[in-house]
Amino acid sequence: MNVNSTLKPGNIQGETGIWEMVIGLEIHAQISSKSKLFSGASASFGSEANRNVSLVDAAMPGMLPVINEFCVEQAVKTGLALNAKINNVSVFDRKNYFYADLPQGYQISQFTKPIVGEGEIIVDLDDGEQTTIGIERLHLEQDAGKSLHDQHPTKSYIDLNRTGVALMEIVSKPDIRSPQEAGAYVKKIRSILRYIGACDGNMEEGSLRADCNVSVRKSGEEFGTRCEIKNLNSIRFIIQAIQSEAERQVDILEEGGTIDQETRLFDTSTGETRSMRSKEDAHDYRYFPDPDLLPLEFSESWVQDIKEKLPELPDSLKKRLVKDFGITSYDASILVEEKDYVDFYQQAANGRDGKLTANWMITELFGALKKDNLSFSESPITSENLGELIYLISNGTISGKIAKEVFSEMMKSKKSPSDIVKEKGLEQVSDDTEILKLIDQVISDNQDKVNEYLSGKDKLFGFFVGQVMKLSQGKANPGVVNKLLKEKLK
Amino acid sequence: MPNKDTIVDVPTVNKIARLSRLDIPEVNKESLTNDLNNILGFVAQLDEVDTSNVEPLASVTGHKLPLRSDDVNDGNIEDLILKNAPESSSGFFVVPKVIE
Repeated sequence: MNVNSTLKPGNIQGETGIWEMVIGLEIHAQISSKSKLFSGASASFGSEANRNVSLVDAAMPGMLPVINEFCVEQAVKTGLALNAKINNVSVFDRKNYFYADLPQGYQISQFTKPIVGEGEIIVDLDDGEQTTIGIERLHLEQDAGKSLHDQHPTKSYIDLNRTGVALMEIVSKPDIRSPQEAGAYVKKIRSILRYIGACDGNMEEGSLRADCNVSVRKSGEEFGTRCEIKNLNSIRFIIQAIQSEAERQVDILEEGGTIDQETRLFDTSTGETRSMRSKEDAHDYRYFPDPDLLPLEFSESWVQDIKEKLPELPDSLKKRLVKDFGITSYDASILVEEKDYVDFYQQAANGRDGKLTANWMITELFGALKKDNLSFSESPITSENLGELIYLISNGTISGKIAKEVFSEMMKSKKSPSDIVKEKGLEQVSDDTEILKLIDQVISDNQDKVNEYLSGKDKLFGFFVGQVMKLSQGKANPGVVNKLLKEKLK
Repeated sequence: MPNKDTIVDVPTVNKIARLSRLDIPEVNKESLTNDLNNILGFVAQLDEVDTSNVEPLASVTGHKLPLRSDDVNDGNIEDLILKNAPESSSGFFVVPKVIE
């Protein structure tokens, strides 16, 4: 039970003390190639069953794999973006196992000599803190086919369209200490992959999925026995699965039991993990170098060419946004999550108040899109129009309150804020004479309250401001109203 | 002259057979174990050569791994792909249920 309210995320209060989680992630990212890793069949999603299958993918005798250069380039690009060591010589191995959707009887993967070695990335946490997570390796491998088990009572249906599609497996070091950190890590990897175009990061379609290795220990102790939770395809599920798995392990250990190293599945309906494979068939993949493929070799100059073509990455962009637009590091980290956000922001904030633009984009625009169930690319408000709205607020044409009204109209009609302000006559009234007229009206309507105020009930001042604003239909400049009211009620 | 590091016993043969999905009759296991030990022992003679300073040789031809450009030029042959399948339905292979 979680009785200690000051417990750090990732810590579990047990009967015997506080437990710490140790988490490592294996992310499988589908490379955004047109064709497969070792064949010329299409890698696209959602085709008719078995349409995108070549004789190589179906493992017909005598067929030979030929590697896709674009996929190799994406792996190198990703390695560079993860600040990792690029191995100019790497080797493909066969990982042997039997399953109905694996016609070869083995997956071509990289075991002892992966294309990318150790690296590290900086991860942004929700509280604005940052932490560094080590990368163990990145290797290239084939995806398996898809089995459908719910089409028939006694049969499984097999579609080989995904068979042989290129994946990058990105393995972290066991540096992660909480479910939230794991979520932030996946978010960051996804963001980097999308910036460099190596993977579309679409978790719903399975282009990005994660296996989570979880163990628990008392602080300072050796790592405990870990369990692997397979195939999680949303950040929310990753966070839930790790929390529930760690709690399960703590319960077992505190009752004097031991953890079996095993593969587990996360059941999204119960929010718990369950054992996936029976232990007696312990994994023995009998890896060996694939005799059909020579070692993969490339020159240092080819790697340098790729490095020079890398786009600006989220970390560097974030620093630039903080410096150029004066926004907080936290706001910047939200804006750089997606390339589309940054582009939109930079256009909207150009020549405008950067902080105000960030606030309106993150709070109002993101909020409104979420409420209307729209994706960012479907936003009815363009960067140009949001920028114009910021301009109208900054130069005093409209008040912040009216701006919200204009904003919801922009969401509905896609019109420019200037047009909406003009059509509805929403310009802010800052003229002393006009506002004084309103103040006089409020005072004569509320003579009793004026007397109370003058006899010392200071709190009533807000009431008068409110009445004047109401009378002006929100258009009076609140600063001017405040100033004039104070003079008038002296 | 089997090398002592490569000795295979009956339990090992059982394990390899299970991993390979091979059903080996009990009566053949003893002779199969002997055969495997002979083969492994023969190959183990290579261990007598000191290769500690030799890079692993991937190819004797000196060829490099050929690369192809990312073009879709294969597939769209589902009829051919499914032709040898003992059972198929609406474009899928159909196999005995493979989930626990």
